[in-house]
Amino acid sequence: MFFLQSLLSGILTGGVYALAGIGMSLVFGVMNISNFAHGDLMMLGMYLAYFAFTLLHIDPYISLLLIIPTAFLFGFIVEKVFIHRIISHPHQNQILLTIGLGLIMSNTALLAFTSDPKILTTSYSSSAVHILGGISLSVPLLLSFTITCGITGILFLFLSKTTTGLALWATSQNREAAQLMGINVAKMSAIAFGLGTALAATAGALIAPTYYIHPMAGHTFLLKAFTICVLGGLGSVVGAGVGGIIIGIVESMSSTYLSSDWKDVVVFIIFLVVLLLRPQGLLGKKGEQ
Amino acid sequence: MLNIKNLNAGYGEMPVLKNISITIAEGEIVSVVGSNGAGKSTLLKAISGLIKSKGIITYNNESLQALPAHAIVQRGIIHVPEGRKIFPEMSVIENLIMGGFLQRTDRKENMEKVFTLFPKLADRRNQLGGTMSGGEQQMLAIGRGLMGNPKLLLLDEPSLGLSPLFTEVVFTAIQTINKSGVTVLLVEQNVYQSLNISNRGYVIEIGSIVLTGTGEELLNNQDVKKAFLGM
Repeated sequence: MFFLQSLLSGILTGGVYALAGIGMSLVFGVMNISNFAHGDLMMLGMYLAYFAFTLLHIDPYISLLLIIPTAFLFGFIVEKVFIHRIISHPHQNQILLTIGLGLIMSNTALLAFTSDPKILTTSYSSSAVHILGGISLSVPLLLSFTITCGITGILFLFLSKTTTGLALWATSQNREAAQLMGINVAKMSAIAFGLGTALAATAGALIAPTYYIHPMAGHTFLLKAFTICVLGGLGSVVGAGVGGIIIGIVESMSSTYLSSDWKDVVVFIIFLVVLLLRPQGLLGKKGEQ
Repeated sequence: MLNIKNLNAGYGEMPVLKNISITIAEGEIVSVVGSNGAGKSTLLKAISGLIKSKGIITYNNESLQALPAHAIVQRGIIHVPEGRKIFPEMSVIENLIMGGFLQRTDRKENMEKVFTLFPKLADRRNQLGGTMSGGEQQMLAIGRGLMGNPKLLLLDEPSLGLSPLFTEVVFTAIQTINKSGVTVLLVEQNVYQSLNISNRGYVIEIGSIVLTGTGEELLNNQDVKKAFLGM
């Protein structure tokens, strides 16, 4: 019973991690940039959900309808103003720029919202559904997971069925060949970064009801998202999805059977083992970067 | 149609092309032949806007150098790159759709044309590009180029690494494409076969044009015979 309980909670949490990982992976795939501001973009999503709830009285899951387009636009503009300048530069320059952007975001949040953690409490925050006589699943986590599945499904359809989606995917496979098809790769980069930002903010908004909201919250998630991307294979959207679920399960299992202090240790041990045995990641391809 | 005058181009500080001048008239097949590293691919990349260049490149009297690569494609200059560069994780159909990214209204019709030219692609329409043989990938790369309604087709070493049988298929296809009204600029190491189907040719050596003439003239030239044909 403990095992099933732990497995199911792990999968539910992992779904949201997957969403964060997919956003990072998409940006890496299309632009070949590791976005170290990804966690801070999640933090912005958390605050957006928080203020939509406290000021506008919009349920955090409904406010996604506002958060997603806002975050997309924000990411699109950030790409056009900052990121596109360093797209063909060495990785260390890209890392410095994205870390810098992240610091500006987290410190602005610190200035504006103070370091006091905020808690988003909805009427159903602590309610749970009981299944199979004994397993309890938190309602906010269940909702988050369902929404995550929906968004991932839509994203997958977009990437595989629409011409713009295929063009994004083509750009991630071969940027130069994509240019020769007449694809405006600069525009594709801005769209990819917009989508990555929207996914990060969505993940942030989805965990807001079950997590402390504070300006530095992004840092934990950055590390997690990065681990998920590398685990699944950098640039692989499906890989990031799988990686997210794995990390969710591993965390939940180690909290149950070891102690919650050990969960990060176990995650990183697995991470290191995968890097040693399969450096291209679980679903990545050999020889890609 | 295409006019190149005193073109200089290269990668970073390294110059590759030195004062190259080439003209292509509508309806021609023009070959640029030369050994590995002579600058053939660089020439095509400069035309299609993948790299910056100095000098003059005009297409129907419009300068191409200020345009981004996708705007050059929009004008009907389609570059089929060396090494095919097909999208490995996409199916044949998806690769073709990408080729017609800017020509969505003609997609169905163009796809039929590609399948008539290369029936093998029709049989493999759902196969992933990355799992196809070199020859099939080359057909796909050319087919993908045709999806963009080319007026001027730039082909970079289409016979590289192909069996004699596939080479024959590719060269026959180039002639068929040309007869349908597409001007072709062909860059090749396969000197005999490319000059054989060309109206005119240029011989390029370490970044400079050293010889030019009709295909037949070049094939009978003593220097060409000695350097490329082993005679």
